[in-house]
Amino acid sequence: MRRGIKLYIFIIGVIFIAFGPASARAEYDVIDITKPFLRKIPLAVPVFKKAGGSAEEKRSSETAADFLADTLDFTGYFKILDRGAFLFDPERNGVTLAELNFQNWTVVGAELLVTGYYELNNDTISIELRLFDTFKARRVLGKKYSGKVSNQRSIILRFCSDVIHYLTGSKGIFGSKIAFVSNGTGNKEIYTCAFDGHDPRRLTVNNTITLFPSWSSDSKWMAFTSYKAGNPDLYIRNLAKGQEYKFSKQGINITPAWTPGKFELAATLSFSGDQEIYLLTGSGKIIKRLTKSRGIDVAPTWSPDGKKIAFVSNRAGSAQIYIKNLDSGKVRRLTYEGRKNTQPSWSPRGDKIVYTSEMSGGHNIFVIGVDGQNPVQLTYDSRDNESPFWSPDGSLIVFSSSREGPFRIYVMTAYGTDQRRLLVLAGEQTNPKWSMNHLNN
Amino acid sequence: MQKKIWLMIALVLVISGLLFTVGCQKKTVSQAKAPAPAPAPAPAAKQAAPAPVTPSVTGWNLAQNNVYFEFDKSTLTPMAQDTLMRHAAWLRANTDVTVTIEGHTDERGTNEYNLALGDRRADSAKAFLVDLGIASSRLTTISFGEERPLCTQQNEECWAKNRRAHFVVN
Repeated sequence: MRRGIKLYIFIIGVIFIAFGPASARAEYDVIDITKPFLRKIPLAVPVFKKAGGSAEEKRSSETAADFLADTLDFTGYFKILDRGAFLFDPERNGVTLAELNFQNWTVVGAELLVTGYYELNNDTISIELRLFDTFKARRVLGKKYSGKVSNQRSIILRFCSDVIHYLTGSKGIFGSKIAFVSNGTGNKEIYTCAFDGHDPRRLTVNNTITLFPSWSSDSKWMAFTSYKAGNPDLYIRNLAKGQEYKFSKQGINITPAWTPGKFELAATLSFSGDQEIYLLTGSGKIIKRLTKSRGIDVAPTWSPDGKKIAFVSNRAGSAQIYIKNLDSGKVRRLTYEGRKNTQPSWSPRGDKIVYTSEMSGGHNIFVIGVDGQNPVQLTYDSRDNESPFWSPDGSLIVFSSSREGPFRIYVMTAYGTDQRRLLVLAGEQTNPKWSMNHLNN
Repeated sequence: MQKKIWLMIALVLVISGLLFTVGCQKKTVSQAKAPAPAPAPAPAAKQAAPAPVTPSVTGWNLAQNNVYFEFDKSTLTPMAQDTLMRHAAWLRANTDVTVTIEGHTDERGTNEYNLALGDRRADSAKAFLVDLGIASSRLTTISFGEERPLCTQQNEECWAKNRRAHFVVN
């Protein structure tokens, strides 16, 4: 992932200039990522100061400032303050530490402030962005970027990633993507979009049922199930080259889940006459069988260390979630409440599993400790809420919901707050899967 | 005509007898339920001799007679077994035919689990036919889970129609 940052710089030609010492960063713990949503941090993102006076520059800089505010807002960590209340004119007041009057910001309740200095020259932009702690009257981040106007989104995301890394110690999600299934063409096909729903693209053109996308850890491969050869078979596609491995046996070949950090995946196969979970190589060869129990075993999800899987089994009569330790071979039942619990997704932080529970009014999403303690309901009274999947930093959950009629993709925090729709496309969208975070994307 | 009816009654008795012995080995057919299909065709044969309600091989259409399942189950109900016995009779009379058995579920439940459940339903129907002497090589299965509903309303009547094994003559 670190290599990716270098590559990114190379591609868009951004120049980083650190303003002053950056050594104080590690000690500054603003957000406790284990309990971040008890209180949102008030953040001010005033319009940027412009170098020139052109209308185009003004419009472009406003787009940049709005996108920066929206991107930080997406994390759920912040309360973005209303610009109407600001005692600030960037053209007069300036945007640097020496020029700012922090009382003007503390009085409107801002604890963090981002200022920008924006210059547009033909098709190139130059942006200085600074993050301030208003109560300590201190600049905590300062960067200068330049590149093509078409790279504006990447530049803003880059700065936002630095802000999140600075505040939480985590690289965040701004370089991640989401894959999902949409039936807008009349057939279920796999699509991908950025973490925030930007730039949705169709990935498969199978013209038949295609389901269960799964990103490899490096996001270079996508595994999925498709009926394109008649049977529900597994396909493992190299996204850059388009090369595809196929795994087909009698019965179902479904629910692929890549082993963290490896070119291997778990999937459900039924050629033996029973639905069992197997470990396959990335090129589609069986390594070994992982479950052994008469009845349905399906939908594996890996612990982040790759030593355990959680999965769905009806071995006790109804569908429930189980965890298997692959070293010891021991299996334990995780869920006891709820008549059917399916679609487990193991948090990248390792401590929780989010899943779908069938209730009288429809499906709802729950999160439970890996120890089986404290199942907590995250969605309520909104028809069906299904297919939960964690963001790569474990702070957010993407899911599919029919709360507005057709199934669409939504995002919420790990605590169930800030539920919002990610995008609107023709047809219905289901089975979302979040990729790992790659800033060079 | 008279001869034919006697033949059918004899056939039904033989089949239910066969079922009974099969029932001891396979969980899918319980002993208590196995004789149930027998009374159904018998009165029909007595009362309405001219009507084609008997498991007549001619006129029986595999594709138009789905095998239905209970919610979240892949075991065969007496009614499902009855339908499958007629399918078996037809397959015995049409030895050159191969079929695909599609397993389907209703929309309730999530789609990964439902694909597995549809797989079990198709397998369950196939196993029953194999037990009745139909060659396994003539029967292919495929699961569609909840992906191909017949009926799209959200009520039990509709869901019941979707919980099916559907036969397609290849």
